[in-house]
Amino acid sequence: MSAGEATAQAIPRPRRLPPPLACIGLAIVAIGLIMALLGPFLARHGAGELISERPFPAASWALPFGGDHLGRDVLSRLLHAAPVTIGLALGATTVGFVIGLTVGFFTAEVRGNTDTMITWILDILVSFPPKLIALIAIAGLGSSLPILIATLGFVHAPRVARVARAVAMNISAMDFVEAARARGESVLAVMVREIWPSARRPMAVEFGLRVTFSILVLSSLSFLGLGVQPPMTDWGSMVRENMSGIFLGTPAALIPALAIGILTVGINLVIDWIGGSSGRRLTEELSR
Amino acid sequence: MRPVLEIAGLVVRADDGKGSWIDTIRNVDLTVSAGEVVALIGESGAGKSTVALAALGYARPGTRLVEGRILFDGQDVRALDERGLRRLRGRDASYVAQSAQAALNPAIPIGAQIAEPLLIHGIASGTEAEARIASLIGLLDLPVGIVTRFPHQASGGQQQRIVLAMAMACAPRLLVLDEPTTALDVTTQIEVLKAIRTAIRGQGSAAIYVSHDLAVVAQIADRIVVMRHGAIVEQGPTAEIVERPKQPYTVTLIDAVRPRDRRLTREAPRGPAPLLALRGVNASYEQQGWFGPARGGNKVLRDIDLTVGKGEVLAVVGESGSGKSTLARVVAGLHPRLSGDIALAGTTLADRVRRRPLEQRRRIQIIFQSPDLSLNPEERVGEIIGRPRQLYFNEARTNRDAHTDRLLDMVGLPPSYERRFPAELSGGERQRVAIARAFAAEPDLILCDEILSSLDVVIAAQILELMRELKRKSSVAYLFISHDLVTVAQIADRIAVLYAGTVLELGATSAVFTPPHHPYTALLMAAVPQLRRGWLDDAFKLRGPTAQRRAAPTGCPFQPRCPLAIPGLCERELPPLREQTSGHAIRCHRSDAELRQAQTSPVQTSPN
Repeated sequence: MSAGEATAQAIPRPRRLPPPLACIGLAIVAIGLIMALLGPFLARHGAGELISERPFPAASWALPFGGDHLGRDVLSRLLHAAPVTIGLALGATTVGFVIGLTVGFFTAEVRGNTDTMITWILDILVSFPPKLIALIAIAGLGSSLPILIATLGFVHAPRVARVARAVAMNISAMDFVEAARARGESVLAVMVREIWPSARRPMAVEFGLRVTFSILVLSSLSFLGLGVQPPMTDWGSMVRENMSGIFLGTPAALIPALAIGILTVGINLVIDWIGGSSGRRLTEELSR
Repeated sequence: MRPVLEIAGLVVRADDGKGSWIDTIRNVDLTVSAGEVVALIGESGAGKSTVALAALGYARPGTRLVEGRILFDGQDVRALDERGLRRLRGRDASYVAQSAQAALNPAIPIGAQIAEPLLIHGIASGTEAEARIASLIGLLDLPVGIVTRFPHQASGGQQQRIVLAMAMACAPRLLVLDEPTTALDVTTQIEVLKAIRTAIRGQGSAAIYVSHDLAVVAQIADRIVVMRHGAIVEQGPTAEIVERPKQPYTVTLIDAVRPRDRRLTREAPRGPAPLLALRGVNASYEQQGWFGPARGGNKVLRDIDLTVGKGEVLAVVGESGSGKSTLARVVAGLHPRLSGDIALAGTTLADRVRRRPLEQRRRIQIIFQSPDLSLNPEERVGEIIGRPRQLYFNEARTNRDAHTDRLLDMVGLPPSYERRFPAELSGGERQRVAIARAFAAEPDLILCDEILSSLDVVIAAQILELMRELKRKSSVAYLFISHDLVTVAQIADRIAVLYAGTVLELGATSAVFTPPHHPYTALLMAAVPQLRRGWLDDAFKLRGPTAQRRAAPTGCPFQPRCPLAIPGLCERELPPLREQTSGHAIRCHRSDAELRQAQTSPVQTSPN
């Protein structure tokens, strides 16, 4: 406490390069985003364009990752599928996140019986297995992009709400939030101006985790044939289509699976970095 | 006799966050002989704790011991490896931190925690450790049954003594005490100080006592070392430093303890309708939940009747747990009241702040105890101060900026601070920002909830002066909440003494400070640390029967601790708030004559 006071005067923090693992993660996420935005324009061939007469043509300069079970270019299809996989994951996560965050912050701020009741409902929703909810929704409503986004958003929302509530509970007990209440700020103003800025970092970590989760669930749904329907394609359905190729020793199924894996790991590396540094900043600030 | 600790030419460097190193400790020499108590005093940032920790060979993260010799019993501490340091720490030299609550493990019984250093260092086996713990508990005046309890079941003062017992367990030759009583209120502080003194004398161990409070140190230390900006300003025997300080900085520190002009003589203008009026206000922490039992049940405020006039300063004084902060929260509309009525300028205020009209909210502002927690860490100072202008006056951005500059200037901060984050300010500067935020609303009443108690003496004196100055310039009224009667005397027009949610004494400041006092007020007065040697013993005697600190459920709440309690009457019947002179009232069954007689005994109660 005493020595800290003298050094606390040092003004802005210098920008340091993130640690190496975080750099790798950031690079992977950046590549993923570029693929999602520009993928179809970068692809040499159309998604349904037949390049070869034979199934599973071997890799060559013309087909860097080889061809798939219908003789289509795997690389081109990977690029065409990227916006679907990543866009769906981001869309579904955002829907779940906005709802979950609002509910979580609200219930943490109002407390009392409203809080007890909402938490109770959230607990019930969380107790349903996510894949089961997805299977039921798709069986009943059919598979389309809006249904997939809504279903996954519905799976995410209560889970995000519980995390958001826990984070907001700690923040809303602090004096500066109390000061805002004493000023007579509205519940919304307290949520947006006071709680959110301090919750940003832990919630960013949660967002990253949820995106990863979305990618995996969407891919597994597509793998089961319940997700994205042809002629549209995503990485999960590419794995399913080309499974038989595994026995022929072609990489057609492994490439999209690898893409899913690398992107997931990349996002997690970034999360670890954000989470780790936020923890340090927060304790630093509290101990002063 | 060879000294226990010899520090020579110590230099400590800290990472300044910009990749370069700055010296936080510059060439400090310090010697502690066996059985000697040396106090390190100075304001925060002086480097007291850094030097004290260096005695254990410890440098906090981000700092390095770069130069100098640290000899513990002739052994070079800086040359020790991790194993050597582990053997030293806790066994030969131990450390007591400021926050006992943070130092204790909430999941381990108290006895096991005290035994830990004994077992780790292999000094005692299970049964020997038990005997040692029993003797420590006796020495520190702790209840015997406490060993099986958990830290949260002990009071704040007990927790600090438990940490002390842990530090004393291995009978170390050097004890480092880092602000051990700063977080405690005045009456608890006496118990802990007494325990520390008894323990040090009984064990014959040497000690380094770090504090910013000269009065506390004067009771305990043999020698005082005054530090500032990482260097020693002055050192000498306690009596010499206190009575004949040579350096101007030491004089400043003494003045902060012994304020010169204590009281406002001005009589507050008292119009027919008071600004704030509380009538029969009750509050509790009981909550009617849908699930689970209701929590608590004890009333925190009982039938409070108080008024604050326009431009008046009413101080509310009491120990922690007396309900004084709850009182502020009830007035602010942050805590519901069970019954009673609160009126602002004749208009009844709604229970909760969100149900009050904007204009009423603007007129009452609150400043919290800890500026570290009461400012949003993610907002710049400009936004923090500008928000009330936007909220209450719907003021445009450009006007707000002009106001922000004016407000910063008003609290003595440069306009450039507008762009800073709270983390880039010192504790005193942060409290200034909190004050500016309250004044930004141009309120009629500011609730000041212990706004000085997290600051060190010198800074606290400056903030108090600022509050007085701002008061002179405007017609604002303060409800000034504090546990420190002497501080309060420098700003309050009237004082209300609160115990267990009940007003025990109420009157003009000068009247409250003149006998007769309520026995509790007398206790609080004696508990304020004084530079006078022997104050601690007097205060300890006056403290009354120990242990029983819980308020009595019926009758006078103070009765279990009261030295003047009348058996058979006080535990049955709550005395009325008896007005003795105009505007001065005492809630006691004893007559004024009886009180006056008890209080003019040899024990001096005046702070100077």
